Amino acid sequence: MCDTCGCNVTPGNQAFAYKPVEKGATAVSVLQGLLKRNDDQATHNRAHFDSRGILALNLMSSPGSGKTALLEATIAALKREFNIAVIEGDLETENDAERIRAQGVQAHQIVTGTACHLDAHLVHDALHHLNLQDVDLLFIENVGNLVCPASFDLGQHLNVSLLSVTEGDDKPAKYPVMFRGADAMLITKTDLLPYLDDFDPARAESYLRNLANPAPVLHLSARSNEGMAAWIDWLRAQLSSQHKRLAAGESRRPAIQPEGAQLHAQAL
Amino acid sequence: MHELAICQALVEQVNDIVRQRGARSASRLRLRVGPLAGVVPDLLVSAFPLAAAGTCAEGAELNIVNASIRVRCQACGAETDALPNRLLCGSCGDWHTQLTAGDELILESVELQLAEVSDRSLEVQDV
Repeated sequence: MCDTCGCNVTPGNQAFAYKPVEKGATAVSVLQGLLKRNDDQATHNRAHFDSRGILALNLMSSPGSGKTALLEATIAALKREFNIAVIEGDLETENDAERIRAQGVQAHQIVTGTACHLDAHLVHDALHHLNLQDVDLLFIENVGNLVCPASFDLGQHLNVSLLSVTEGDDKPAKYPVMFRGADAMLITKTDLLPYLDDFDPARAESYLRNLANPAPVLHLSARSNEGMAAWIDWLRAQLSSQHKRLAAGESRRPAIQPEGAQLHAQAL
Repeated sequence: MHELAICQALVEQVNDIVRQRGARSASRLRLRVGPLAGVVPDLLVSAFPLAAAGTCAEGAELNIVNASIRVRCQACGAETDALPNRLLCGSCGDWHTQLTAGDELILESVELQLAEVSDRSLEVQDV
């Protein structure tokens, strides 16, 4: 293995890495992220949020872990305090946006058709369907999927990953890319814990720590309201941090650690 | 699943480079992909011809260099190898580590077929 960057150039693949160019051809060094267009759009979205003082959160989980129920309970608790808007992502139906609108806040539904994730362009288009004037909190409910959404920056400031107690407590070990990028992990549906003997919240948290992720782990039930106060306090604290950052002319990206790619580019 | 979308982004990026450099087409692409990029290299290879069809990257060879995971320990300072779901320090076992490699999803280089083959253009290599 390469001592400089830890890359995996072996005698078997060295030919690919250092193939001489043919006549009439030229090799161009690029070193750009493959999702550059998405990332540029995400940066634009984030600047847009920052210019309006909005805190944007990306909610990710498997289908059925309670993202929409959490949003309903969150809106009920916070709508008198803050202006909230929601972007919903699903393969089909307007159902989730209708549930959010029933709470009295604006929501736009992105119907992705067959796409398994939201990307920065879809979110940008959705922003044109929302009145962002005076909005404090924008929740983006991603497509229920623990794999694909993790690869696409939407312009959000924070990633929130949900893990319901009806799932396996080893989900963070099985889907490390998703849970490594979480700024908070919410263990949801905790009102069901007494009926389940195989979900151990402490074990779920230890799998998250194995991903070198220091994010807070909150236990809550949107149905019984247990644990909701800590989540609401966390949101208030994050919004206040966002206002402080903006006053200092700063922004924030989610907890993913982009240093790896940067260090590598420097090493080459 | 999302590898086709990523290949479409790759093809757009390569088309930009071909146009900027006034080249005819791209004949070989080199990517570096880490295990924590959330992308399956084999699926990229199968999706690439679909995304490249009818573009100046059609028929290009896709070479993928697999990066390995490295973490730097914030407790003891050691830099060690790690597994995708165990990013612990290989030396002291602490979980307070920083990823230094393994989440790359980078287009490293593109080999272009030049529009006109002249003696001057031979052996031009920026890499």
